[in-house]
Amino acid sequence: MIRYLATRLLRAALTIALVVTFAFIVLRLSGDPATIILGPEAPPEAIEAFRHNWGLDRPVLVQYFDYFRAILRGDLGISMRDGRSAIELVGERIPATLALTIPALLLQLAIGIPAGVYAALHQGKGFDRAVMVTAVFGFAIPSFVLALALVLVFSVNLGWLPSGGRDSWMHAILPIITLGLGGAAALARFTRSAMLEVLGRPFIRTASAKGLPWAAVVRGHALPNAAIPTVTLVGFLVGSLIAGAVVVESVFSWPGVGRLLVVAVSNRDLAVVQCLLLLVAASMVTSNLIVDFLYGVLDPRLRHGARAGA
Amino acid sequence: MAGPLIKIEGLRVAFDGAPAVRGVDFAIHRGEALGIVGESGSGKSVTWLAALRLLPEKAVVEGRVSLDDENLLEVPVERMEHLRGGRVAMIFQDPASALNPVLTIRRQLGEALALHRGLSGRSIDAEAKRLLDLVGIPDAAGRLKSYPHEMSGGQNQRVMIAMALAGNPDLLIADEPTTALDVTIQAQILDLLQLVRRETNMALVLISHDLGVVAENCDRVAVMYAGRVIEEAPARDLFDAPRHPYACGLIDALPTLDAPRRLVAIPGVVPDPRRMPQGCAFSPRCAHAAPACLGGVPELRRLEPGRRIACARAGELDLQPAAVVPPVEIARPEVTA
Repeated sequence: MIRYLATRLLRAALTIALVVTFAFIVLRLSGDPATIILGPEAPPEAIEAFRHNWGLDRPVLVQYFDYFRAILRGDLGISMRDGRSAIELVGERIPATLALTIPALLLQLAIGIPAGVYAALHQGKGFDRAVMVTAVFGFAIPSFVLALALVLVFSVNLGWLPSGGRDSWMHAILPIITLGLGGAAALARFTRSAMLEVLGRPFIRTASAKGLPWAAVVRGHALPNAAIPTVTLVGFLVGSLIAGAVVVESVFSWPGVGRLLVVAVSNRDLAVVQCLLLLVAASMVTSNLIVDFLYGVLDPRLRHGARAGA
Repeated sequence: MAGPLIKIEGLRVAFDGAPAVRGVDFAIHRGEALGIVGESGSGKSVTWLAALRLLPEKAVVEGRVSLDDENLLEVPVERMEHLRGGRVAMIFQDPASALNPVLTIRRQLGEALALHRGLSGRSIDAEAKRLLDLVGIPDAAGRLKSYPHEMSGGQNQRVMIAMALAGNPDLLIADEPTTALDVTIQAQILDLLQLVRRETNMALVLISHDLGVVAENCDRVAVMYAGRVIEEAPARDLFDAPRHPYACGLIDALPTLDAPRRLVAIPGVVPDPRRMPQGCAFSPRCAHAAPACLGGVPELRRLEPGRRIACARAGELDLQPAAVVPPVEIARPEVTA
């Protein structure tokens, strides 16, 4: 188990290093921040001075290594826009994003898993079909369309909920639903198929042949096995929540990191964008690490395979 | 002797309208070993899965399965759960997949002990260890903490047997218990089943496609074909002088040690359950088919004490084992479903 986790940890660190490198390359290729921030009419001397100040006139390789060293020190640079540290700018936006993504994830788990399990246990019946049809819709509808539809119904027509901003908990409801629904649908479908697969395995029949009541067979034998593939999907969902936050925060004018990313990219605010990418990569990598860890807990075969050095 | 322990009468099973078992009758007495042989698809496993109500809901089951005075097909679900594992236990073909991969042996064995013996805590461990010792697993105490993937196929089947014994059943149904195992391990598992039977006076139903396995381990043998029993006889009689052409064909397909000869295959394949031939289901492959065979599905008739045969020509045929005879073409009308 220790060795299994150590290799996963090493892989995670490597992934983050690659993301940092990739971000550096893409942002340097995508245009000169000096001209964008100072405007196309800025005098050449000003642009020259700006580039010198920010170290943009040095060789690219030198910039890259400096940047990497700075990151290792925990220094993620200063925003080119307002001169504050990038970490500070990003950091003050994080709580707002967590206030959307955590409830959205809980919503996905609370709807997706029970719906999927119930549908699998009543395969082909009315509830199962209803869940599957709803799931296809929930999965296929783009989040900005869903967001606008929800605003139209609940804000414009019914007037129950605000359409944007972050003044009270009421403001969070529509963004959370928008963010969570697609994932809940995906999770319901996936949990259902994982359960169906497990319920068809011979050990389920063995458990019934022992005389276990059906509820105990489902709880004690089917669920622990179906949890293994489902955990993978939950890991992906965490990643897609972060991506989804960019869209949802923009639509609902929610002051989180997603909206900050949109603004920072259009401004070529390199330090902030890099800091955000690092944050996104770190949270993806962390959720994958947690998934790998849960695998080890849930599946003894993996645990022992790793101990044997496989 | 008292009445039979379990009696199956007129059992029929169909999946989506396709009959898998088409009227099966037999009885098993206390302590008896009955072998059931037949090709895959002959309905030998489905018969017992249906009797224990372990088939999926879409299976339509008719008939009567009496355990003492109760009809298993009609008792309430709770009662059935109590009887399963408690009075009738079942073990399956591939022990590696028949055990739950994410639960320890202790948990899986302990479940049965808690259910049928009301044990808990320490006493589960002690009894589980005793059962593992009984089925010949070395280091039983240590093995309780193991998972199925840490043990060999033979050991897993021993665990399955231990689990089946947990409820002190009167009948153990072993569904191809050795098919997935190496030949040397097969013999050990069969010996273990015999040992357990002697010690507990439990009845055994041994389902197998391997005639040799059944011959050595059973008192009586029922041969199934296309969802019906076609011959039932004491094991020795059946092997010495099979009376049904299909049973004869099965025995001819078996190698012998004392008089080496060419093995004879039965021509053709098992009929599609949706398109059963008219009359006797075996007639299209039978070397002795006659127009009489198309006259309806032959009844399983008692020809002599302890012996039943379902063949329209059972009285007149004098079957010579190992005779190479091609099937007879008889004019038959278009088959209707």
